[in-house]
Amino acid sequence: MNRWFQPIQMAHLVAAHFKEVIRQPAVIFWGIIFPILISLGLGLAFTQQADVERHVAIISEDEGAGVHETKARIDGFLEAYAIPIQAGEAQGARYRLTLPNDRTGATRFVFFETDWQEAMKLIKRGNISLIITEENRGIRYHFDPANPEAQITYLELSKILSGDGPPGEVIGRNVDPLTVEGSRYIDFLVPGLIAMGIMMSCMWGISYGMIEKRSKKMLRRMVATPMRKSHFLIALMVVRIAMNFIEAGLLFLFAWLAFDISVQGSPAALFAIFIAGNMAFGGIAILVSSHTANTEIGNGLINAVVLPMSVLSGIFFSYHNFPDWSLPVIEKLPLTLLTDGIRSIFIEGAGFAETGASAMLLFTIGIVFFSVGLRVFKWH
Amino acid sequence: MNPVVEVRDVYKAFKTVQAVRGVSLAIERAQFTALLGPNGAGKTTLVEMIEGIQKPDRGEIRILGKEWKSNADELHRAIGLSLQETRFIDKLTVWETLRLFASFYDLGKSRVGEILGIIGLAEKQNAYTVNLSGGQRQRLALGLSLINRPKILLLDEPTTGLDPNARREIWSILLDLKERTRTSLILTTHYMEEAEHLCDYILIMDRGEVLKEGTLEDLLEADHGDKAVSPEDRQCRRKTLDDLFTSMTGRRLDE
Repeated sequence: MNRWFQPIQMAHLVAAHFKEVIRQPAVIFWGIIFPILISLGLGLAFTQQADVERHVAIISEDEGAGVHETKARIDGFLEAYAIPIQAGEAQGARYRLTLPNDRTGATRFVFFETDWQEAMKLIKRGNISLIITEENRGIRYHFDPANPEAQITYLELSKILSGDGPPGEVIGRNVDPLTVEGSRYIDFLVPGLIAMGIMMSCMWGISYGMIEKRSKKMLRRMVATPMRKSHFLIALMVVRIAMNFIEAGLLFLFAWLAFDISVQGSPAALFAIFIAGNMAFGGIAILVSSHTANTEIGNGLINAVVLPMSVLSGIFFSYHNFPDWSLPVIEKLPLTLLTDGIRSIFIEGAGFAETGASAMLLFTIGIVFFSVGLRVFKWH
Repeated sequence: MNPVVEVRDVYKAFKTVQAVRGVSLAIERAQFTALLGPNGAGKTTLVEMIEGIQKPDRGEIRILGKEWKSNADELHRAIGLSLQETRFIDKLTVWETLRLFASFYDLGKSRVGEILGIIGLAEKQNAYTVNLSGGQRQRLALGLSLINRPKILLLDEPTTGLDPNARREIWSILLDLKERTRTSLILTTHYMEEAEHLCDYILIMDRGEVLKEGTLEDLLEADHGDKAVSPEDRQCRRKTLDDLFTSMTGRRLDE
């Protein structure tokens, strides 16, 4: 028998790890159902052409702020186009203006008439995002320029109020919605969720499981046999890759059925980077769990790896909004390499030429971390 | 005949605690030996050094005439062991756990069936290990230690925390082993009666040192001078062995 590879031992280790995983119902929920729920929730939130409601406060009187009481232009506009809201329907709301649009979805403005002090309260609570006043110089708009929603409300409302025609004719008529395959948010999101699932599954499944086994002295018992240590660790990684394959497959199947997601690039390249990503995070997980027998310290170590990458690697939103100086570092993070690789294959039609380098780098990270982890691994 | 386990002047310290201080012992083939002592006596550390889990700071340990360094694979195949507080993979059955360990020794299903018979867990073979009672778990641990037909068996407090019935079941398995095989046993315990009941040779340990060693009769005779103790007077004998430890250390074994 080959001394360095013992297939029967390996098969039993793989089977034992696999049974250990699948016999825990929580694994099914957190590994399979939870990512599907996230994609469903975020997919619906960002892909449905939902009606948008924008809340605006009109200052009717405010002596302290020096606002003129006359607001003939605003009043004239509201009386011409908006519908008065009955008292009690929405607290403080006076008018509603609905602008239907079959291409962008309807926009509904709700106008509150209040004083400056009350308007400040509403804006702090997030009930409104924009305040308008009228004075001799014309209509003034007050909002937080750092708030994107307030920006859009300002742009739309200022266009309506300064336009000559009916509001419905002013907004959205020159918009052509993009229908290019792969350009929706859900197309961006699903590859990110698959990549994050691989990271989370490896880090928690391998690292935490290993630390727990060490704390229960199970590792100590197992290595007091002729079991090959490398076989034990490789079996853990094999099981994790198989589980990740099932989890990612089911997430993709759901996204395909619910959102018509497709893989535009090379399936072979996708498989290669998927395996490389599993190798990278499997290796990292083994190194992270190489020493401690304390599950609380283990929690901290795992979080120290997964949290920064979850935030920085562009899972939910593009990382290109981070400062320029940080991008070269972010782009080399294992989760970024994996996410960018899977995403480019999914939505840009990429193949080995575009993702081969990332896959090689991930594979190398996996081999290096696994080798170092095996070398320094504390079994007792 | 060469001893199967030979420990020569072994020392081991953990940070500021000197766990084992200059211990030497020799175990013959088929000899059942008890390391008797209270908690903190250094029994577990000594056994773990014999098992190859810990390395001695000083001294020499030979198993079947070989050192652990460079002979680990061969020695792992020759020994069987059970650790204190053994835990298993919760969601594996008794059968699957034994089968997994059997695969480490290139053994198959037939050996698993034999072990299930020896430890009396055939009816529980499909139960998850997490659902076993303390006694059943300890019997499974013993089964794992016997699976490779070891030449040397090392059991670290195999009956601690068990009720009298469960303890007797473990004793029965070990006495049967003694009758049927030439396996040598090293057993740590702080139960006088366990050492008496199972073992031919007893080492009394405290604070990392062997205070006294010999057969039960040797130890008691040495304590009584010329007065031989009647083998029938077990109650008196136990009291005397207890007294022996107290007279040497000023403490009781169960402290």
